[in-house]
Amino acid sequence: MSARVFALHGGLIAVLLALHFLLPVYHHGNFARVMVLACYAIGYNVLFGYTGLLSLGHAMFFAAGMYGMGLPLHYLGIGAELAFLAGLASAALLALVVGLLALRTVGVAFMIVTLMFSEAVYLTILLAGRWTRGDEGLVLARPERVFLGLDLSNPDIRYLVALGLFALCLVGTLWLVRQPSGRVLIAIRENEERAQLLGYDIFRHKLAAVVISGTISGAAGAAYGLMFGYVGASFAEVQYSIFPLLWVLLGGAGTIIGPFFGVLFMFYLIDLSSGLTSAYMLIAGVALVLLTLFAPQGLAGELRRRWVRWLP
Amino acid sequence: MSALLSTRALSKSFAGLRAVHEVDFDLAPGEIRALIGPNGAGKTTFVSMLIGRIAPTSGTIEFDGRDITRLPAHARVALGMAYTFQITSVFARLDVAENVALAARRRLGRDRAAVARETEAALERVGLGQYGAALAGDLSYGHQRLLEVAMGLAQRPRLLILDEPTQGLADSEIAGFNALIRDLAAETTILLIEHNMDVVMELADRITVLNFGEVLAEGTPAEIHASAAVQTAYLGTGADA
Amino acid sequence: MDFGPHLLLAAIEGAVTAAVLALMAAGLSLVFGVMRVVNVAHGEFYMLGAVLAWVVASTLGAHPALGFVAALAIAPLIVGAVAAAADMTVLKRLDYDPERTIVATIGLLYILQQLTLMGYGPEARPVAPPFNQRLALPWVEWGDGGVQLYWPWGLSVTTYKLFVIGAAGAVLAGLWALMTRTRIGLVMRATQLDGEMALAFGIPVERVYAGVFGLGAALAALAGVLIVPIQQAHYLMGGDALLLSFIVVIIGGLGSLAGTVIAAILIGMSDGIISVFFSPTLAKIIATLLVAFVLVFRPQGLMGKPPR
Repeated sequence: MSARVFALHGGLIAVLLALHFLLPVYHHGNFARVMVLACYAIGYNVLFGYTGLLSLGHAMFFAAGMYGMGLPLHYLGIGAELAFLAGLASAALLALVVGLLALRTVGVAFMIVTLMFSEAVYLTILLAGRWTRGDEGLVLARPERVFLGLDLSNPDIRYLVALGLFALCLVGTLWLVRQPSGRVLIAIRENEERAQLLGYDIFRHKLAAVVISGTISGAAGAAYGLMFGYVGASFAEVQYSIFPLLWVLLGGAGTIIGPFFGVLFMFYLIDLSSGLTSAYMLIAGVALVLLTLFAPQGLAGELRRRWVRWLP
Repeated sequence: MSALLSTRALSKSFAGLRAVHEVDFDLAPGEIRALIGPNGAGKTTFVSMLIGRIAPTSGTIEFDGRDITRLPAHARVALGMAYTFQITSVFARLDVAENVALAARRRLGRDRAAVARETEAALERVGLGQYGAALAGDLSYGHQRLLEVAMGLAQRPRLLILDEPTQGLADSEIAGFNALIRDLAAETTILLIEHNMDVVMELADRITVLNFGEVLAEGTPAEIHASAAVQTAYLGTGADA
Repeated sequence: MDFGPHLLLAAIEGAVTAAVLALMAAGLSLVFGVMRVVNVAHGEFYMLGAVLAWVVASTLGAHPALGFVAALAIAPLIVGAVAAAADMTVLKRLDYDPERTIVATIGLLYILQQLTLMGYGPEARPVAPPFNQRLALPWVEWGDGGVQLYWPWGLSVTTYKLFVIGAAGAVLAGLWALMTRTRIGLVMRATQLDGEMALAFGIPVERVYAGVFGLGAALAALAGVLIVPIQQAHYLMGGDALLLSFIVVIIGGLGSLAGTVIAAILIGMSDGIISVFFSPTLAKIIATLLVAFVLVFRPQGLMGKPPR
């Protein structure tokens, strides 16, 4: 890894660590949320930004992680560590099944198929209301939220655990896209037929991308549930499939640091506007239209295009 | 000597229209073979079936004694076939070296040093050594064609299929291209689909002429040049048609 | 009530659903057929039609019939104009790139929905139907003296529901005539086949696209106006309507008007029957999975012909 790439991403993590000691309480809590949601965005970016597959249904993976963690934790009392792994496994399995089916389609059909599968997952959560408690959701008690001896209901611990997960996702994807197989994903995004005629099995690579992307999204969902003690159906709604698309478009698709800044900007934009009006999703709508029109590369993408060509 | 690539009764119809009809074709190892024929003779359809971009309606394809008729394209490439597109198809937004590295990496895997060596060697060989850091989309058309060839080379294929590689090249570039292909013939078998008859006559060991989806004639350049049937079907329409 | 009359009642309710659905899906299908654009904001145009119907009717405040007729004329016009403006300011600039267009229409969806929330509020509001006589319906039974007609209790339909079915049929017939019998239709079909060629023949493709997008939205708005005396106008009503239209258009075969109408009748009629057997949520799960599986395994639609 070149020194400047190392410095940039290590620097971001170091700044976030410093902020732990500097931020006032309110923003400290916000940043913990932003970092977990940034993991979700990073997961989405593996599929959208690096492989070129636009999913409109990632909420199902986020929710699979969240419920795969929350249900056994709440009802079986298996402990936060095992529950987290169960969340990861649920998301990975769902991603494998959805990938096997949805990857038979391309383009617009792929978008609609993922949208429909995600809607089916959301409705299933509502249908199983006896266990999931539907829109009301499950509140995880404080003793349930002790992960490897760390009490996740403590804001300081929560921030550092969120930072740890974020750093893991950031470095993990940075490693992935510099691997030979990660390069193939980029090649598929750029020119699928050419990549196939270089001898690469396109379907297998795309399937792997769906599973990796779904699993990272699921990890974010499971972590979000554990850290903030709540598992609810609203996280499986269409809105939560649109958010990662919006974050990644805003931050810069196909960049490693872009998703974080996309989440950060959008989080504060919505946080500010929801103080003014209940129609805060208007901001999301306007942002989507403006981004597709004027900045399809997003913040980090524009940065790369204009000044910093080495940005991974 | 057994053939490296052979087809038996290979056919393709589009909505009842016969594009390629019962073609028997044998390619010996080490040969430079040219495939020629008027526009619409089925050349591109034929090679598209060879590499697996389209599925034949009937017939079989064997590569190195193995039936590959049902194999997907990427598996054929993995067996040692390489294909360069008629319409330039490079990864325009990636740099030139990465284009070639993608071609080399499937074979060499994680060995970064070996990939870098192979990439540099392939680029040097086609004369693009100084352009490694440029974006492929920023290269001139002629250089993009050469990049295609470099991507073919980096795969170290046993059979290299070049679909109209000299299309759009300047005369000066064609001379260099001819030298490159003659040089390559020492290490790989080459199937060349080509319109430019000067290139064909200069390079090919043997020539196969397709017309209306069938093999009209096959032989050495001299034989083909002398063939009356080929004259009327093809050369009669102009030597560089 | 016996089974027979019950079925007839369900069929009439189903026909009303089918009529509204066919109008809305025809708009979606038209836009996809001519422009190859999947308009995710289509449900919001339907919602806007319903909300504008309430706005027009309550502003006029006159006789219900007058307010309704005014809404029937004004709401589709306004919605069509909004859609055409969106096409010219947003979709055109994206060169109708399929993926970016979908993302933009998702943005449009939230903009329309949230602006309605700000202006109209979160309440559901009714519009009075222009006429609403209850017509009792007869049923036949085998009596002692052969076939007898009788009027079972509860078997009735309102004149307004019959009007909805008739109006939708008339509009769809008009749409079909427009597409097949007029110069405008010819221009649209030419654009559908090959936009660049149409441009070369002097067809103003940009204006055709704006017109088609506006017409598609106006059809959805018309469906919204027609439904609002039966259901109420609410700012979130577009979501379910969009899902049902998707199902209809995908099952009918994307871009085929006849297939869309047949599928609308099928889905509309079965909608009532399915919800008798399953919970609405389960019915929706089945519907969403159906769309997904049709796209995965039979992308040409259940009724379309496979390519080649």
